[in-house]
Amino acid sequence: MNVKEQLKEGLVTKNPVLVQLLGMCSVLAITTSLFNGIGMGICVTVILTCCNVVISLLRKVIPQKIRIAAYVVIIAGFVTIVDLCVQAFLPALSESLGVFIPLIVVNCIILGRAEAFASRNTVGVSALDGIFQGVGYTLVLIAMCIIRELLGAGTFGAGLLNGGDGIRIFPAEYGAMLMIMPFGGFLTLGFLIALMQHFLRRGKEKAEEKERSVK
Amino acid sequence: MSFTGILSIALGAILVENFILVQFLGICPFMGVSRKMDTALGMGIAVIFVMALASIFCYLVNLILVPLHLEFLQTLAFVLIIASLVQFVEMFLQKAIPSLYEALGIYLPLITTNCAVLGVVLLNVQKNYSFIESVVYGITGGIGFLVAIVLFASVRERLEFAEYPKAFEGFPIALVSAGLIALAFMGFSGLRVW
Repeated sequence: MNVKEQLKEGLVTKNPVLVQLLGMCSVLAITTSLFNGIGMGICVTVILTCCNVVISLLRKVIPQKIRIAAYVVIIAGFVTIVDLCVQAFLPALSESLGVFIPLIVVNCIILGRAEAFASRNTVGVSALDGIFQGVGYTLVLIAMCIIRELLGAGTFGAGLLNGGDGIRIFPAEYGAMLMIMPFGGFLTLGFLIALMQHFLRRGKEKAEEKERSVK
Repeated sequence: MSFTGILSIALGAILVENFILVQFLGICPFMGVSRKMDTALGMGIAVIFVMALASIFCYLVNLILVPLHLEFLQTLAFVLIIASLVQFVEMFLQKAIPSLYEALGIYLPLITTNCAVLGVVLLNVQKNYSFIESVVYGITGGIGFLVAIVLFASVRERLEFAEYPKAFEGFPIALVSAGLIALAFMGFSGLRVW
């Protein structure tokens, strides 16, 4: 498998959130501002890449029967490292993400990639897979954040740009607070996945048509 | 420790801060196991059981970790406790109540990766709950999970007869309807016990 194909899989055709439907909890819960989304995305990408590398290195050492337990311990180790680093260097991020950083341990993306990819492939490919899947996850987070923040609070990039206030697109009193609430999370993700399904299906239909016309 | 204190924790965990619909913990099983009413019910009961046990054991282990200044091992220790607890519950049910074991089937091992379970023990630590409060929070958090998943399963069974755009097939329409249930649960916000 070449790098380009892997990149396309991670970002589009096998996007962890929109197509594989993994790691929903964090996607729904923390996407209220761009700052949270990017922070969480970077944390998950780092952990995913490190775990993929280590698990791929140990894939011949870990006995088949206890592999899940072994993976969980490896993942928990890396999550603890990242959690402590964030607490030390970015206390604001640690405060706003709260319990969701330690909860990366049970984020199904990481266990899923360990089981489906890293345990069967060499180190280099697994590391790339970790990065691309992580970036795919981050992009979805960013998209969710931008939509929810804009519709809910009328700002762009709160916590990051313009001295932490974000760029105001329209006055706050016109914002639909609902989009920041849990309801908005479910709704936005539902529409994003529907959009993805729509385009994937159209792509497939076009490919089939092409095949038919060739015949 | 007053009775109203416990009551407000219970009310909070079940309605006001429902684990799934307000705090977004445990979305994966909520989406995955809610296609049919009876499996949803089984999953909910299993989660209550594991969450209660996990709160008890993690509280006890935390009592050992804190005096040794090993707080940074909390996540690791809690995950291991939950994983072994689920394994233990599985073996116990297999021997003691085979009928329940068969009804739960593959949902039992899946609880290990349910973030509501790890979430409840982490929140117990974060909120500095006492032993009784932790156990109450664990049990009622599980009940909240059960309520949400059963409500959602009954909505989802009816969705099969509904008409919606083709792109929404499967997951998206389920997410949108979960959103509507979350909207209903927003009505509980601000509810308090005096």
